[in-house]
Amino acid sequence: MSNLLNVSSSPHVRAKDDTSRIMLYVIIALMPTTIFGIFNFGLRALLLVAVCIITCVLSEFLFEKAVGKKNTINDLSAVVTGLLLALNLPHTLPVWQAVLGSVFAIVVVKMLFGGLGQNFMNPALGGRVFLLISFAATMTNFEFDGVSSATPLAVLKGGDAVNTLDMLIGRCGGTIGETSALCILIGAIILILLGVIDLTIPGVYIVTFAIFIILFGGHGFDATFLVAHLCGGGLMLGAFFMATDYVTSPITPMGKVIFGICLGVLTGLFRIFGNSAEGVSYAIIFSNLLVPLIEKVTVPRAFGVAKVKKSKEVKSNE
Amino acid sequence: MNKNLERLYNGLWKENPTFVLMLGMCPTLAVTTSAINGIGMGLSTTVVLVLSNMMISALRNLIPDRVRMPAFIVVVASFVTIVQFLMQGFLPALYTSLGIYIPLIVVNCIILGRAESYASKNPVIPSMFDGIGMGLGFTVGLTLIGIVREILGNGSIFDITITPLNNFHITLFGLAPGAFIVLGFLVAIMNVIRRKMEKAGKPLPKAQGCLAGDCTGCTLSSACTGKSYVHQEDGKEER
Repeated sequence: MSNLLNVSSSPHVRAKDDTSRIMLYVIIALMPTTIFGIFNFGLRALLLVAVCIITCVLSEFLFEKAVGKKNTINDLSAVVTGLLLALNLPHTLPVWQAVLGSVFAIVVVKMLFGGLGQNFMNPALGGRVFLLISFAATMTNFEFDGVSSATPLAVLKGGDAVNTLDMLIGRCGGTIGETSALCILIGAIILILLGVIDLTIPGVYIVTFAIFIILFGGHGFDATFLVAHLCGGGLMLGAFFMATDYVTSPITPMGKVIFGICLGVLTGLFRIFGNSAEGVSYAIIFSNLLVPLIEKVTVPRAFGVAKVKKSKEVKSNE
Repeated sequence: MNKNLERLYNGLWKENPTFVLMLGMCPTLAVTTSAINGIGMGLSTTVVLVLSNMMISALRNLIPDRVRMPAFIVVVASFVTIVQFLMQGFLPALYTSLGIYIPLIVVNCIILGRAESYASKNPVIPSMFDGIGMGLGFTVGLTLIGIVREILGNGSIFDITITPLNNFHITLFGLAPGAFIVLGFLVAIMNVIRRKMEKAGKPLPKAQGCLAGDCTGCTLSSACTGKSYVHQEDGKEER
């Protein structure tokens, strides 16, 4: 785009945004969460973040080298995947498991389906769920301040009260990046201001989920319970950073709303009626699989095109 | 190449039911949690396949065309019942771990497919070798998947624990998603080898699908109206 009289076929992109820039914005927006996570859980968290990012980038590089594809690590998407995966892990996880999860996320979920833009589910979440199924014990071993402790959601599921202020700030057990709702919201505001994500999917997701909790949570409209559910687990991280993944979310306006509703209802179902306390990862992955269908039924009508004639008129034509 | 040996080669490599034809996916994915299970399933299918191929081939001029499917099923089901009882009597452990998939051999696509496309058109001896080839191909496929899944998912091989590995087992490979992933990787490896062999100047006849006009491995062959190729292995005319 550098030369002034560049002649090219459409689309004539004027914006400076490209994949690597958007990925950089996402990394910047994730920084408050990451830094808080490292502050909260210590250097072990930093180690996991570094391991995940390096493994993701390296496995993308090596895979592309092995199959003779163009090198795409400069688009930074592997860095985002690694960072998001690390934020979804407990800081006590053995390093080799983090490495396996990163390799799975990049090679199996992303590259085997054709690389960035072709993956059918969020690679970071694919990696997380792979680890969750494979290493259930270490993936749910949450420590806080050196003491093994249940996550606030698990406490809530057990019927006990939780300190919602701690949950809002993030001074509680959980994965590296999910504890602080505040830091995630700061990141989300950065993303929205930079125009990287729009509020439809996270907004609809959170509202639907809140309504679901009020209706079926068994506490009625209990503000403490509601806030605890909204700040607890991976809901905020998932809603703003993973459900909004361009590749695995619908692009049609109506589709985004449907997608958000799916997410909210599924997360509520998993959390309230499921066996485990958390359900955001599975809800997002499941909804990712529905995206092609959602997009197919929500294709917007182009301006000036008449509505599709109903069957009555077709009959009269016959 | 000797025709009977050719049948063996065909089943083991050229048209391997697991990796090339992708037939019998239900047992392939469901029972291959360990190498032993893979071998057990593969061998019991082989026994049924060989016997039913021979029986159907022997009866091929007696079975009326219109009722051949029920007739094949009756033959296959009889052999499956025999195998099931023998297994229950002599290999109770294996019988328990394979469970429902033993009776399900009756509706295994490979067996019906071979009966329909080969045994019902060819003499007994080639049909037997066809059954052995296909059965062994299936066994090799299942055992390979079983070995990989057992090593990764359980840290052992043929129930023998591998010492450093058993601390690193990945549960996912013992579950259904692991079966799909392992199968995908093995098929990919197989395709790479095939391609390399082709490049090295050994052109392998590919397993042809409908578009290439080969109905050999297709169970729907008889009902298919778009058939462009008449399968004549023996010079015996297509019915």
